[in-house]
Amino acid sequence: MVDKAAGKRGKAGKIALISTALVFMALFLLLPLIIVFTQALSAGFGAYFSSIADPNVQSAIWMTLIIAAITVPANLVFGICASWCIGRFAFPGRNLLITLIDLPFSISPVIAGLLEVLLFGLNGLLGAWLSAHNIQIIFALPGMVLATIFVTFPFVAREVIPLVQEQGNEEEEAAVTLGANFWQIFLHVSLPKIRWGLLYGVLLCNARAMGEFGAVSVVSGKVFGETDTLSLAVESLYGSYEVQAAFAVASLLALLALVTLVAKSVVEFLVRDELAAMKRKRTA
Amino acid sequence: MSASLSVPAPHLKRGFRWRPVSVLPGFGASFAITLVWLGIIVLGPLAVMLWFTAGMGWEAFLGTITTPRVLMDLWISLRSALYASLANAFFGLLVAWVLTRYEFPGRRFADALVDLPFALPTAVAGIALSTLYAPDGWLGSLLTPFGLQIAFQPAGIVVAMMFISLPFIVRTVQPVIEDLEAEQEEAAHLMGASDLAIFIRISLPAILPALLTGFALAFARCLGEYGSIIFIAGNRPMVSEIVPVLIVQELDQFNYQGATAIGVLMLAVSFLLLLTINLLQAWVRKRHGG
Repeated sequence: MVDKAAGKRGKAGKIALISTALVFMALFLLLPLIIVFTQALSAGFGAYFSSIADPNVQSAIWMTLIIAAITVPANLVFGICASWCIGRFAFPGRNLLITLIDLPFSISPVIAGLLEVLLFGLNGLLGAWLSAHNIQIIFALPGMVLATIFVTFPFVAREVIPLVQEQGNEEEEAAVTLGANFWQIFLHVSLPKIRWGLLYGVLLCNARAMGEFGAVSVVSGKVFGETDTLSLAVESLYGSYEVQAAFAVASLLALLALVTLVAKSVVEFLVRDELAAMKRKRTA
Repeated sequence: MSASLSVPAPHLKRGFRWRPVSVLPGFGASFAITLVWLGIIVLGPLAVMLWFTAGMGWEAFLGTITTPRVLMDLWISLRSALYASLANAFFGLLVAWVLTRYEFPGRRFADALVDLPFALPTAVAGIALSTLYAPDGWLGSLLTPFGLQIAFQPAGIVVAMMFISLPFIVRTVQPVIEDLEAEQEEAAHLMGASDLAIFIRISLPAILPALLTGFALAFARCLGEYGSIIFIAGNRPMVSEIVPVLIVQELDQFNYQGATAIGVLMLAVSFLLLLTINLLQAWVRKRHGG
């Protein structure tokens, strides 16, 4: 309808707008993506695969996977808890709590790293105690995980809370009157209602956790082959002028980004389908 | 239990009770977990940072944050974030408008591509952009004949910031454009208004609050960005160095106090700006009744 109305008014204007937007997107979004792959393959497939097979890069892949494997479930559980109490109950201070959960979004990742250093670093609050007990957090995996959790803290919660608020509690309350306990309600009533929102949040959280640079860079100590993640390996290689190898590692992260985007589009498509079906059911 | 279901919650209130009135179980546990986890991960560390700064004393704090280098880097950060967010307010609105209003081949692909900066790690964006805009790069070599240099210059900071913050504007504005009602626009068109007049007088005021929200989100993101910028900026002190880079340098020299003071300054500046933009947004919303 809108399209028809717009179509009647000058076609030239429409084409000009569309082409300006598309040229902008091609230059600004598509080109950076393309150059990652052309640079990665600039010395042929042999060089590409040998850059990735490098033991230091392999260890970076493992570090990245381990950090994501801890961060994502932690934020998933937190997101579910937060959405249960904030989304389903009305209590004073609820909006303040939402604001506090969103806080890490407006804090620089570098500051996220700095916070962990102030807490656990050698001169930090717990530094003396930790070194007396021989526990290493900064310049090691635990610090990198904590910094990543900080940076990705709101990701799942902020996808699910609005969803829960929109859906309301009717079905859950019905389940209570039928005598269901908490776990029965959660598993059989609530979880199916929020599953796509959860998946969406997890996808975004995972992409950020695997790709985080600033926060992790501050706490990692950057020991190539030990505490390097893929993002940090990109920096180390690029900094030592191994440009093709840096882009080869970057291409792995770019592939992850592409997979995330495709999965995200699929989830959005499924959600739209489900919403349409729900609407049909309601009007029928 | 069934009684409480049929009666609206406020009638159940006997005096003040903080615990919400609901038949659903699990409030206490989920609330406790949320609060404790928030405290451990976010609020506790932030409190420690403020406590560290308080320990410095006011004079030392002011002395650290008013050095020419800190002030200049702050100015560079703010200026670049402003330019990038303004540029994206224009391009983001254009992209959002085209993606929602027009049907054209490749629209779904373009729509998915908007989220690329959310999904692409910043280090990857950084090396890709600096290779593209280097004097001998695909885009840099086109600009050099005109005397334009982007990579390793202050302009590089703006380009990287634009890349990472574009989706914030597009994704905030898009749902509002989708919900715009065509009736007003069509009525204005029948009365002979030009397309531009219709857009400026009717569509833009309705979009403005969302555009401001997107601007604020983009600005905050730009101000804190580190990963993509370090590769393209050249990081020359007082010329193309942003505040997060300065914080990292202080930390590299184990100057915890310096890093913390600058970090607190940065937090204060970004919260002040967000507050201003929120107030501005409330004012716009009130004025346009949207």
